Amino acid sequence: MAERKLMKGNEAIAEAAIRGGCRFYAGYPITPQNEIPEYMSWRLPQVGGRFIQAESEISAINMVYGAAGAGARAMTSSSSPGISLKQEGISYICGAELPCVIINMVRSGPGLGGIQPAQSDYFQTVKGGGHGDYRMLVYSPCSVQECVDLLYDAYEKAERYRLPVMILGDGMLGQIMEAVTLPEMKDLSALPKKAWATDGTGFGDTRRVINSLYIVPDELEAMNHKLQRIYDEMCRNEVLCEDYLLDDAEIVITAYGTVARIAKSAVDILREQGIKAGLLRPITLYPFPKDDFAKVMNAANVKEVVAVELSMGQYVEDVRLAAEGKKPVKFYGRSGGNVMSPEDIVDFVLKEVK
Amino acid sequence: MATVFEKPSFLTDVPFHYCPGCTHGIAHRLVAEALDEIGAQGHCVGVAPVGCAVFAYNYFNCDMQEAAHGRAPAVATGIKLTNPDNIVFAYQGDGDLASIGMAEIVHAATRGVNITVIFINNAIYGMTGGQMAPTTLLGQKATTCPSGRSAEVNGYPIRMCEMLATLDGPSYIARCSLADVKSVKQAKKAVLKAFQNQKEGKGFSFVELLSTCPTNWHMSPVQALDYVKNQMTAQYPLGVFKEV
Repeated sequence: MAERKLMKGNEAIAEAAIRGGCRFYAGYPITPQNEIPEYMSWRLPQVGGRFIQAESEISAINMVYGAAGAGARAMTSSSSPGISLKQEGISYICGAELPCVIINMVRSGPGLGGIQPAQSDYFQTVKGGGHGDYRMLVYSPCSVQECVDLLYDAYEKAERYRLPVMILGDGMLGQIMEAVTLPEMKDLSALPKKAWATDGTGFGDTRRVINSLYIVPDELEAMNHKLQRIYDEMCRNEVLCEDYLLDDAEIVITAYGTVARIAKSAVDILREQGIKAGLLRPITLYPFPKDDFAKVMNAANVKEVVAVELSMGQYVEDVRLAAEGKKPVKFYGRSGGNVMSPEDIVDFVLKEVK
Repeated sequence: MATVFEKPSFLTDVPFHYCPGCTHGIAHRLVAEALDEIGAQGHCVGVAPVGCAVFAYNYFNCDMQEAAHGRAPAVATGIKLTNPDNIVFAYQGDGDLASIGMAEIVHAATRGVNITVIFINNAIYGMTGGQMAPTTLLGQKATTCPSGRSAEVNGYPIRMCEMLATLDGPSYIARCSLADVKSVKQAKKAVLKAFQNQKEGKGFSFVELLSTCPTNWHMSPVQALDYVKNQMTAQYPLGVFKEV
């Protein structure tokens, strides 16, 4: 049964993952996502799942590699410095085509940085992070409810394309408490058997090998082409984007995640002042909503685009690529864990945008 | 005609890629024989390392996962916890296990996770061309210590069995040699015990096998076996270090 609850973002994420089928979690403590492993440690055993506190982020992601390879719906979570450590495993998981879910509750960087919200892992998340040509399906929810909704079906997506689904949140999303509707527990007994999983039954012709080593160049190139075809299919099917008051907008603000909620308030304030502002919010960061951006960039009413983010200018690069020089793109960002207010965005628009 | 000797069912028909005189082939066979003897068919998953045994996934006739360098115990932990009734083993070399994977092996051991780890110690990085390993002996030459390993510059060789035996988690820790027939027979018993332990749910079992690398040691196969007998066993004494 669905139920309505007031929950902290991190705890709602853990519960939604379990209701969506997560039965294996390995993680390592790092602020601001500690409620996820803490919740998993008592909740997973209740549903017959396994929780393990790993000795390191590297070990945690490799436990996920093992469990996902053996067929479990597996998950790990961390925050920026921890996600950097996991990049080795993420690359192997992508190379071996294993489905799993990874949560990054982003904190400010570089280095040890701070523990406050940031969006400065955008490049790392959507442009690679680890070595080699790979992509993940990356969601950037803006509310606790959206976290729950996206996570609930994340394993179906991960298993369809056989790749990791990453939730790119931030410290704000992890720590905020909001009312959420939790969907009912999925029935895992109805799921099809994973023919590729190392469940131990393989022998002779039926044995399975989970691997990312292709020593013959032609074989590796063929593998990379195969992966690319999968990513292309994902790009055709999985783009999610929200637009708000774009029909007559002259100024389009674009932002993702929690920042998009702040930007939405800024749009409302600007509208009250008679300025025709609108918002374009990608929900998937990869695939990037290119068509939605193309519509904005080709719209006669749009005069200028403003990319707002909690970094020194990462997301804005993709926005400028999408603009193809058709519209001016301004950048407004805060960093270090500082978060802009709606009024800050309004002031920027009034001052910098004609 | 009666069959008196045959390949274990847990080895595939793929020819080994190992160098002449290398003892990986013997170690593979011992593992495969043990898996046959405990009846692991149909419920077994192996984890291959990075290094010379990277292609072990082609040789063991069961489900296999290839792990990143040093991560085999973590990968094996994930596999084991997902299907606890499966026999799960990791097969690792010295660079993999005792250097880049030190954290993973120590924590798998202290957690007492019910897996079997086979540790091939040949005191060198073989696949990458003969660099110094954490287990390279003092004075032993390698491409990154061309004048021989010096304690002052490179520190001392690591004794894994002795270290892991200080932990409460492991059930069985033994070191054997593959240098002659008698040693191989002892090694076979230890490997079998390490798998039987897992089958009986006794917990983490670890067997170190002193092995050769004639290619990177720049020795003939016979000289290499002598080196294991005379030099390596002096640094790495054989025996059972823990049995619970």
